[in-house]
Amino acid sequence: MSTAEVVLAILRARPAHGYDVKRDHDDWFPDARPLAYGQVYATLARLERDGLAEVVETRIDGGPERTVYAVTDAGRARVRDWLSEPAPAGSAGADEIVRKAVAALRTGGDAAGFLQGQRLAHLRRMRELTDVGPGADPAARLARDHLVAHLDADLRWLDLAVARVAAADGASAKGQPTTTQEAAR
Amino acid sequence: MTGTVETPVVELHGIEHSYRRTVALRGVALRVLPEEVVAVTGPSGCGKSTLLHVAAGIVRPQGGLVRLLGQDLDRLDETERTRLRRRRVGIVLQFGQLVPDLSVLDNVALPLLLEGHDRQAARTAAASWLERTGMDDARDATPAELSGGQSQRAAVARALVTGPAVVFADEPTGSMDTLGGELLLDLLVGAARERGASVVLVTHDNVVAARADREVRLRDGVIETESVLR
Repeated sequence: MSTAEVVLAILRARPAHGYDVKRDHDDWFPDARPLAYGQVYATLARLERDGLAEVVETRIDGGPERTVYAVTDAGRARVRDWLSEPAPAGSAGADEIVRKAVAALRTGGDAAGFLQGQRLAHLRRMRELTDVGPGADPAARLARDHLVAHLDADLRWLDLAVARVAAADGASAKGQPTTTQEAAR
Repeated sequence: MTGTVETPVVELHGIEHSYRRTVALRGVALRVLPEEVVAVTGPSGCGKSTLLHVAAGIVRPQGGLVRLLGQDLDRLDETERTRLRRRRVGIVLQFGQLVPDLSVLDNVALPLLLEGHDRQAARTAAASWLERTGMDDARDATPAELSGGQSQRAAVARALVTGPAVVFADEPTGSMDTLGGELLLDLLVGAARERGASVVLVTHDNVVAARADREVRLRDGVIETESVLR
């Protein structure tokens, strides 16, 4: 994820100090990895250095000093440009399952077992994500919908992979050479 | 779920069924517990719809035992099976399967009317379910005037109007867009859970399957995997 642009978008919604930026980020993307404080402050410093955000206030509310940042015109333009550009098609998120499945097949490992286990892990995660009931905040559901759609795409691939491996095993049982069989030699 | 030893609402043992030369089910065994939501999944032609029709008592299998709500279906004649289905079972098929000559309201009231309920009471109950499914504006329409999604919502209302102990649904969101399907599932699964009914869902859609407590996956007429999802 483009952390700098997301932080700018948060600042565009309202001026905020580091703590609020982290909290807003984690609210916006409840299923993503929480933003680390170190990353928030490093990003804010970089955005300020690049003229995309600026310090508008330094607050001391009885606690530690808090620096409030706001987006600059250049920052607003960056957010606008970022939103107008499509993200690269395709996701690297599924690479690990593809790597494992191919490695299992190539090495004569239990590809079918791996695929079944992965399928179950995906379905269980999808169940957690979809078990929200009606009336949930639509904005909060958008990020979750995206994750569900990706899980669904992975699941379709897993279903296809299970069928392919089963077909290959069937061919293997009939004496026809298959990738699995060749690899196992 | 309540109780320590639960009597399954659906019990299938060694179910065998074929259509001409095509074997649909080969020795399938399945138990569905009270309040459980079970998704039956698998590739096209794996036997999942046949399994649902057998479990719901719509199709008599050529072999094996079907016990529905504690009743051995083989020991019931056609009238008794129909009565059991009408009173305690809700069924939602892929395209709604509404009676074309009746209004939507009368379609939903039909299971109650066939059971001899007072017409006004049946229509009041039906109207309440149509409201809950967001279909109250279409109560006087005929099925031909409904979209696929509306037909499905009416079918869900009809399946739930009798307060069934188990609902069988075959691809209930098959003719719906994502959001419409999500709302329909919220309604179907939500109402079933609220009333302690079980649901058996046949689906090829993983998002639908993920709503279940358990997934039963078929391949070539046999159960390939059974997985607890919750």
